[in-house]
This record gives sequence, structure tokens and C-alpha cells, in this order.
Amino acid sequence: MGSYILRRLISAIPVLLGITVIVFLIMSLIPGDPATAILGSYATPENVARINRDLGLDKPLVQRYFIWLGNMLTGDFGRSFALNRPVIDEILDRFSATLILAGVSFVLCSVLGTLAGVVSAARQYGAADKLITLAVLVGISVPSFFLGMMMILLFAVELRWLPVSGMYAIYGGGDLPDLLRHLIMPALALSAVATGVIARLSRSAMLEVLRQDYIRTARAKGVAERRVVMGHALRAAMVSIIPVLGIQAGFVLSGAVYIEIVFQWPGIGRMLVDAILTRDILLVQGGVVFVAACYVLFNIAVDVAQSLLDPRIKT
Amino acid sequence: MTVLTLTRRGVLALGGSALAMAATGVPAGAQTPEGVLIVGQIAEPKSLDPATVTAVNDFRILVNVYEGLTRYKSGTLEVEPALATDWQVSEDGTEYTFTLREGVKFHDGSPFNAEAVKFNFDRMLNEDHPYYNTGPFPLSFFFSAVEETTAVDERTVKFKLNAPYAPFLSNLAYPTGLMVSPEAVKAKGTDFGRNPSGTGPFKFAEWRSNEAVVIERNPDYWGEPAKTQAIVFRPITDANTRVAEMLAGGIDLMVEVPPTSLSQFQGADFSVAEQAGPHVWFLILNAKEGPMADKRVRQAANYAINKEAIVNDVLEGTADVAAGPTPPAFAWAYNSDLDPYPYDPDKARALLKEAGAEGAELTFYVTEGGSGMLDPVAMGTAIQADLAAVGLKVKIETYEWNTFLGEVNPGLEGKADMAEMAWMTNDPDTLPYLALRTDAWPDKGGFNSGYYSNPEVDKLLEAARSATDQQERARLYKEMQAIVQEDAPWVFVANWKQNAVTNDRVENFDLEPSFLLQLKDVVKT
Repeated sequence: MGSYILRRLISAIPVLLGITVIVFLIMSLIPGDPATAILGSYATPENVARINRDLGLDKPLVQRYFIWLGNMLTGDFGRSFALNRPVIDEILDRFSATLILAGVSFVLCSVLGTLAGVVSAARQYGAADKLITLAVLVGISVPSFFLGMMMILLFAVELRWLPVSGMYAIYGGGDLPDLLRHLIMPALALSAVATGVIARLSRSAMLEVLRQDYIRTARAKGVAERRVVMGHALRAAMVSIIPVLGIQAGFVLSGAVYIEIVFQWPGIGRMLVDAILTRDILLVQGGVVFVAACYVLFNIAVDVAQSLLDPRIKT
Repeated sequence: MTVLTLTRRGVLALGGSALAMAATGVPAGAQTPEGVLIVGQIAEPKSLDPATVTAVNDFRILVNVYEGLTRYKSGTLEVEPALATDWQVSEDGTEYTFTLREGVKFHDGSPFNAEAVKFNFDRMLNEDHPYYNTGPFPLSFFFSAVEETTAVDERTVKFKLNAPYAPFLSNLAYPTGLMVSPEAVKAKGTDFGRNPSGTGPFKFAEWRSNEAVVIERNPDYWGEPAKTQAIVFRPITDANTRVAEMLAGGIDLMVEVPPTSLSQFQGADFSVAEQAGPHVWFLILNAKEGPMADKRVRQAANYAINKEAIVNDVLEGTADVAAGPTPPAFAWAYNSDLDPYPYDPDKARALLKEAGAEGAELTFYVTEGGSGMLDPVAMGTAIQADLAAVGLKVKIETYEWNTFLGEVNPGLEGKADMAEMAWMTNDPDTLPYLALRTDAWPDKGGFNSGYYSNPEVDKLLEAARSATDQQERARLYKEMQAIVQEDAPWVFVANWKQNAVTNDRVENFDLEPSFLLQLKDVVKT
């Protein structure tokens, strides 16, 4: 197992290097530069040249790439032009906010989605199955940002049960209940689509397993139905559900961008959107590399989890 | 897999209790505290070092923490004393001597004096200054005329300019000229922007990244102290969310209300403030080549576009029709005899026929959005339709803001016939000087992207810049406006009225024509 994990980690290095090259080239090649973004309508060629010199952007492309890569390997991601603070501080701040939001959403969609799928499959064509299938269809079809805005209108503006936006109250907040109150709406809105997808796939995975001979044998032996479904069938179905969870984790992470904008969640998705619009090159590059590294590591973790469940996969 | 053997009832109970715990914690009908004003801003500030920022969004915080040598008289764009109590200008307009206010201290306790003023300007303008590296200072060219700053004595400071430069006093009132504490800059270096120290009625308290900037009343303020205890600036980038926060009571004051949301704030719970500012939204016309090189075609475009419909229907009344290149907010320099080009498609058709430009095909650069651009796509589409009605075939090309600036600022030659543009300035000199003179063509480093050239206008603008008498300057600007309106290098479209909404707990709030947000006298109950 150890060598398997090591092999997977080594194979991730070229992927990450490729990502640094791609994101660096994209940021260098898109029209508009940080100096223009800073100066706005005052961007004369003369002013642009002065700002570029002050920001160290007048050096050749290749040289800038290696300076950036070299600094990053020593943990120095540079300083954001637009926020005037170290890139790594901003990334860690913002990433932890996203992690809370995406993490809770991921747990929500995994648990709710799998449960819904299991119930649906166990009661195939029953009332519960039909109800869940309908709910899942709605969940998949409604765009998450729209769902979010509707939730704000109902629960925050009309009923005033929950705060509209942000992560903590401006005054008298900062504790766990405060965080939870701010988290409910964005987490539900973010997990809606993924919950639907997971429910559908776990339903079909469960149905396939429930048709297998050993399930019939277990039932014939007189094993309780709950044990048949949750013990025998679900365990086998998890092998095909877990990779879906891994993919959905990626979707939840990228879908967080919209939700972070609607709910003003101070996460990394919103940070990247703002950074791209202000051409905050180092922040975009650092942010993308960081997220990509997390994504790669998460996928390795999923593969390892899968190989623990089903040893055949390792080979 | 024991985790998954939870009963359905158990799951329900768990979820229910989590919801209940969250929902009952604090009464959520977010009531903001008394004496604390919460302002919904459009973005996270870049920095609180006034010399390094360019965005109005940042200026709104800065003008409450810092002061300059001069400031805008409330309700106008005219200059009055602030940290300087009076000043003399030499006969030839190249030497300005300021007397500084006595007994003023920065928030960090260090004294405000002539040396501090010198430090501020040297830091921005002198590349060899030990704290030049706390930049970059993108708008330092506002003071590029300053050759030397001298601290004559503790309370007298003298600026030597390389040429007469009339906008100098009003540039000192602009946020780029706000005075920072030299001691704090020395102590904090590049982190000064996150630990600011000025002389203003509020002092910096806290900056929670992406959540809030908090400023508190400065008890040692030299003037009348501020009437609120603290102000919290919250960045809320999404306009719909900002509106929802306002409706839900999470913020007390919001700026830049989307025109389509204004109707939601009718009624006794809210009041809407409006103020025309030094803003003009126009179309740059390519006067160098193609159909627009003919003055009659440019005038035809001015007649053909229904500006009333644009400001009333597209912008829901949040702007006025523009008459010329200078916004009426510069009351002293504005030529009020000029009427906007009326909407007259027949006249436009006649002019096009005369010029032989019927059915001409034009390329029109439109941006998706940007500073001061209002609703550029909808406005661009309305303009396209109006021009089509008089027989001009307009092809729109749409660009993201930074890309757009990269296309437009180097000049329209060989690329386009028209481009959208908007400017907000602090002096009637800035925009025409940078965008209408022959010497401001893009190849000479200016913003005259449509290559307009009229020697008479050049002469008037140069003369207005060197004149030190305000009445003389006003006369020159008024004459310039009349000529430019007739020459029609632009289609003059709109002057934006800035708006803000406050709830019924906020008193004494007014918007300023400078678009800066002065909050010293606001009361929050």
C-alpha cells in the first residue's frame, strides 16, 4: 500500500508542473495587464510602463516563470498587487473558508444522496422512491445560484430567520453557532445538485447489487431486511459510489464559486474571480496551483480509499 | 460500516437539532448596533494607503480617515482649506506656499507639520526616496508638476512647480493628496496600507480580510468630533446580495444601488439620496478615418441617438442627458448656455445624405462593464438601434473591461469607428486636457483615442491650465465647451447621478458631488 501511494504521489508531480506552465501562460497571454487594471482610464503607455517596472513585470516571460516557480518551491508565492498582502496568507484564509463550506456541503450531499439512493432502491417504485426521484430531478435541474437567491429572499429577507450573507456576524459573532447560522443556506444550495447526482447513481448501484444471488441467499437465510440492505448490499455498492463521491467533491469545490458570490462567502472561488478581473497575476497563479494541488491529492486519497475497499483495483 | 446503520428517525433528529441550534442562537432579524454605521461597499478595498489606490470604493473609506491640505467645500467641487489654513500663489503660478493648521496630530501621536507634508510628496514622486518602495503610486502623475517640496519652517511648506498648473489645488483635495503619517510609514513599510494612520475624524480600528474594515471616532480630532462612534465598511460585491442585505437590515447604508432595484426602496423605511457628479459617459468617434472623419456624420450621430430614452429607460433615471464634454457638477466652469443635441432622426438623415454617408458600415467597441460605465451593453444596444433607424449599419464588438481599455486607449485607427467611454474627474481640466488636445493623441501618451484636433481648443486648454484666476479659467473652459460641442468629436450621452440608500436609523446623510463619502456628521440611532 505504501509504495502504491508513493507511486501515485510521484505521478502527480508532472501534472502539477504542467499546471504551473498552463496557468502562467494563460495569465501572460490574456489581453489586459495589471497596470491597466490598476490605472483604469488613466492607463497611458507611459504610466503602464512605470507600474510594470515597479511590479517587476518588465522582465522576459521565461525569466519571470522561473523566478515565480523557484520562489514558490521555497514557499514564497509573492505579493498580491490588488490586495497588497502575501499571496499565501490570502490563499490560506480564503481556502479555509471554502473548505468549511465545501466540506460541509460534501458531507451533506454524500450522506443525504447515498441515503436517498438506498431508500429509493430498497423501495423501488414505491411512494418513497417516486417522491425522492422527483426531488432529485428538481435538485439537479435548478441552478445553485438561483436556488441560493431564492433562499435569501425567503429565509433572510421575508422571514428574517437567517443572515443574508457573510461568514460571521459583524458584531457579537465569531463563535460556532454564528458560523452555522451563516452556513446553512450556502451549504444547502451548494449541495443540492451533487445530492441529486449521488442519489441517482447510488440508487442504480444499489439496484444492481440487490439483484445479485448472494443477496437472495442472505434473504433466504432469514437475515433482516435492514441488514441485507445496509450491510450486504450497501457495502458492495459503495465500490461504485465512492468514485462518484470523488468526482462530486470536485464539482462541489468548483460550484462553490457561484455560491460564494451569491452569499458573499469569503472563499477562494470568489477570490479567483476577483483576481482574474483585476489581473492580479500572482494571486491567480498561486490560487490555481494551490487548488489544483489539493484536487490532485484528493483524487489520490479517493483512489486509495477505493483500493482499500476493493483490493483488485490496485494492480 | 456501522456509521451507516443510523435509523431514519436518528438522522431526522440530528438534522433537526442542528437546524434548531443554529436558528435559535441569536435573534436573526439582524439589527445593527446603535452608534455604529454599517456601510455596504462594492468591493474589498485594495489598500488604505491613499497614495497607492485608484478606486472610488477605497476613497470612500480613506476620506474619513485622512485629510489633505485642501478639501472640497461641502456640496460643491470648489476647494477650501483643510490641513492648510491658507495659501499664496506666486504671480507666475509656479510657486504655492501653504500655512499649515496648528495643533494637528496623526492618529499614531506624531505631529503633522511641514516635514510630514514634504515626506508625503517625496515618497510619491522621488524614486530615490527610502520609502518609494511602499508604492507603486499609480496616480502620482497628479502631482508630476511638482519639482520640489520645501519645509520652510514648522508650519510653512512651499511647492515649486515646473510650469503653471491650475488644477494643483483641486488635486490636493483628491484622495491621492491625502496626508499619511511619516512615522507610521517608517514603522510599517509596505504593510502601512493595512495599518493606516492619518489625521481624520475617524481612526483605523480593524481590517478583517473580506469581511469588514472598521474605523472608530478619533477623540483627539482637531475639529468637531464625528457624530458616530464607529463605521463598518462591508465588501458585498454582488449587487443583488447588497440589496438583500439592505432589505434585511444587515447594513444601514448602501452605495451604487442598481437602477432596477431602486423601486424596492420606496416607502418610509428607507430614503434614497441622489447626487450628480463629475462624470461623463460618451462615445469616442474616430475623427481620423472612415465616415466619422466628416463632422456632419459625427453631428448626425449626436442627433440620431435618443439620449432621453437611454437615461430614463435603460438607466431608470439614474443619469441626466449630457450636453458637452464638461459635466454640470463643475458648476463654476460649466457652460449652462449649451443645450444637449436634441433627438432628431430627420436632421440626422439629412446630415448623413449631405455627407454622402448613408448606409455606412461602422464598428462599435462596447465593454461588458467597468468603472463608471453604468450599463454599457444595454446602452450600446440602444445606440446601435438608434443609428440603424437613420440607416447606419453598426457592428458591435464586446470586450471585457481590461481588454477593452487595451484596445481603446492605444487609439481606434484601423480598428473601430466608435467606442464607449466614461470618465470621473476632480477638475474640469483633466478630461479635456487628456482626451481632446492634439498633443493628447495616443502616440503622444494621451487618451485622445479618436484623434480629434482643433488648434483653437488646444490653445484654450493650455491657457486655462496656466491661468491662476478662477474666473478667467471658467471663461476659457466655457468657450472650449461651445467649440467642442459643435465639432462633436464625441457623442455626449449621459452624466451619472450617484445614488445611495439609507434606512430610517440614519440621519444627516448627504452625497457629495465629488462621489466621496463624507460620514463625519452622520448620526446612527
